[in-house]
This record gives sequence, C-alpha cells and structure tokens, in this order.
Amino acid sequence: MEKIRLNMTVNGKDVEVLTEPRQLLAHVLREELNLTGTHIGCETSHCGACTVDMNDMSVKSCSVFAAQAQGANITTIEGLGTPDGLHLLQEMFKEHHGLQCGYCTPGMITRAYRFLQENGSPTEEDVRFGMSGNLCRCTGYQNIVKAILATAEKMNEMKESA
Amino acid sequence: MIPSNFEYHKPDSIDGALSILTEWGDDARVIAGGHSLIPVMKQRLTDISHLIDLGGISELKGISIENNKVSIGAMTTQHELITNTQLAKFVPLIREASLQIADPQVRYVGTIGGNVANGDPANDMPGLMQTLDASYELTGPNGVRIVKARDFYEAAYFTAREDEEILTSISFSVPNCGYAYEKQKRKIGDYATAAAGVLINMDNDTCSFASIALTNLSDTPVYCEEAVNNLVGKKVDSNAIKKAVHYCVEASDPVADTRGPVEFKKYVAGIIVQKAIENAIARV
Repeated sequence: MEKIRLNMTVNGKDVEVLTEPRQLLAHVLREELNLTGTHIGCETSHCGACTVDMNDMSVKSCSVFAAQAQGANITTIEGLGTPDGLHLLQEMFKEHHGLQCGYCTPGMITRAYRFLQENGSPTEEDVRFGMSGNLCRCTGYQNIVKAILATAEKMNEMKESA
Repeated sequence: MIPSNFEYHKPDSIDGALSILTEWGDDARVIAGGHSLIPVMKQRLTDISHLIDLGGISELKGISIENNKVSIGAMTTQHELITNTQLAKFVPLIREASLQIADPQVRYVGTIGGNVANGDPANDMPGLMQTLDASYELTGPNGVRIVKARDFYEAAYFTAREDEEILTSISFSVPNCGYAYEKQKRKIGDYATAAAGVLINMDNDTCSFASIALTNLSDTPVYCEEAVNNLVGKKVDSNAIKKAVHYCVEASDPVADTRGPVEFKKYVAGIIVQKAIENAIARV
C-alpha cells in the first residue's frame, strides 16, 4: 500500500512524515517525530492518555488516522512547557500533587489546556465534566481538579493585573 | 492495534464521494468522525480497502433554522450541536442529549450523521431523532430520497440506507413544547443502560401532544406509539404517567449483557421514562 506525505504543524513547527494512511496519529507523534510525551494507555479511545490538541480540539490521538491529520495544527505536551519553563498547568499539577505515577498526566494537561481556553472561570463541576474523557487510576482526581481550578484562578489573576 | 491497509480518499463534494463509493462498492466505506468505525477497524472486525473521509465536504456541515424547520448537515459534530446557541435556544433537547454522549474528546469529533447512520442501538441520536420525528436525507447515485427516522432502523447495524447511499442531512420541526432526554449509564462515556427522549405539550392538565422513544432497549430505537396514544387527549395525573411508563417498558426488548440482566434493564427503563416524562411536563 502506498505511503502518503503527511504535512502537519506540530508544536509550531512544520513537519513532513512519510507514513501509511492507517497509521494512528499517536504512533506518528511517538515513533516518527519522537514526541513520546503523548502516552498510549488503552488504545481504544477510553482513557484519554493520548489526548493532544488538534485544530483547537482535544482529540484522542489513538483514534485518529494519520491521513485524517493532514494539514492539522497539533500541540502535544512537549509544545506546552519545557523542563526549564513549565506551563502554568504543569506548575499547578506539581504544586497540588495532581499526579502520582504520571502516566495520564500529558493527556490530562493537554485536555485541561483546551478546556480552560473554552471556560476560563470553571466551577468544580465544570472541571469534572470537562475532564471526564481522561482516566487516572492513582489520584482519585481530587488533586487534578484542584490543580486545574488553581490554574484558572492564577490565569484570571494574571489577566487582572495585566 | 493497527488496522489492515486501506487506500484513503478525501473528496471535497458529495458527488465525488458517491463516485468513489460506486466505483469500489463493497470494498469501500465512508468515515465521518470515525469513533465507531476506527475501533472496529483496529480490531480487524471489518475489512475495508477504500476509506472515504467525508471530512472535506463543506456541504455536509452546518446547522440552519428557518421557518420552524431545523436542518443539520451530517458532518456536524456533537460539540457543534452543544455550542450552537440558536439550536440550544430553539431545540434545547438536542443539547441536553448531546452532552450525555461519550466524553468531550469524542464529542469534538463524533458527528450526528455517523451517530444516526451507523445503526448501533446503543447510540443516542437515533432514539432522539425518533422522538423529534426527524427525516433523514439519503443521497445516492440516483438522487436524493427522504426516510423518516421512525422507519430507518431495521435491526442492529441494519438500516434503510443502501450501500451506495450517504446520509447527508437530518431535518425536523422545532418542537415548541416540554422536553427531556434522560439516560442511565454506568459511568460517563458509557452507552446507556436505558435512555429515553420525551416531548410533551399540555393544554391545562390535558396532554395535547407527546412523543417518546427509547435508546439501547432493543436492537433498534423504540418509538413508543402505544404510550403516546394513551397520553394524548388524556388528563395527565400520576396514574396516566404510570400507564404510559408501563406501555414504554412493554415496548422495550432489551438483551442481557454487561450492563445487566433483562429484568434490571426493564426496571431502569421504567424509572428513566418516568423521570423523562415528569421533567418534560415541568418544562412545558
């Protein structure tokens, strides 16, 4: 079967990958582009560990064919923060112990990033509903919710002081 | 979990999609949001050598509300159904039901057309469309035909759509009455153990209009004609509601699965239908 030239913008950079249409976006990101921050959990679109931002939507990259991502603008966890310059969400997850084993965290944070773009002043219930496509088997969610609420609060404080 | 190889097509018009579908026949399938199809392909439960992505066809997108008539393009996503303010204002039932489908990530991608066309009895939109008495527009090589949602479903995954047809849009009248979509599920993201869509209108305490359909309680959605006939024109009190609930449960035909045995599902169906009817009446 013929390979296709897949052109995407990933974390602000234009990339071209030669791949089969059936390849899943999660595998292209991890194996072709070496962006292993995107984790694969269940691989059946349930757990949300593989969530990335694609054209301003949170998608489960295990359930998107490479061919469907043609021309897409993608942000992965690597595009949100760096070890030296954490994203505010990463800071808050750290401060509020929003992770234990860390496996679900890239998906949690990329999803929370889009959620907060759409709802900058969420209630706790909003956060729980907005994050319902991401599973965590360690934390019991309590501290994840706290971290996201704290991020929203800080974002709003920064907006006010600016 | 990577599916067998396929050739990928992304036409930019309905005609373009139809010609590829006609050319490859049984070997071709259209893909909308793909959140039902891709998992099945990954498990290699289906053999598709030509995949026709409808995502590039702009004429399949969009919501219009004119002269009391709602028309929704098949590729409109659940996220778009939820965030469309006009639709939320005129048909809040759609938003209420859409928010109960899957989870946020799936709703960004999942489409109304895929949800109704797939014929999966667990999908919420087919029952909802029967509640709204919606019509489906099917476009094929010989032109367009309209099939009522209430006539569309034949058995699980078997519908009135022919292989070479594409479900292109969905339309229905603005209901202007009380509404509710109630769904019992084990967890967010799960399919319904039982769900019911209800529309109801009242003239003082007499029911002047009603429509009820059930989700995941048979191998097709269930339009509850007998329950509706027993409500319309009657004074609605707790006895009348009880009777309607009874007819709905009678009309259901669930099978035992991981969501529970038949008795449990019928029990849940009764509770869900009653809640939906009461909520709908409260919103008249």
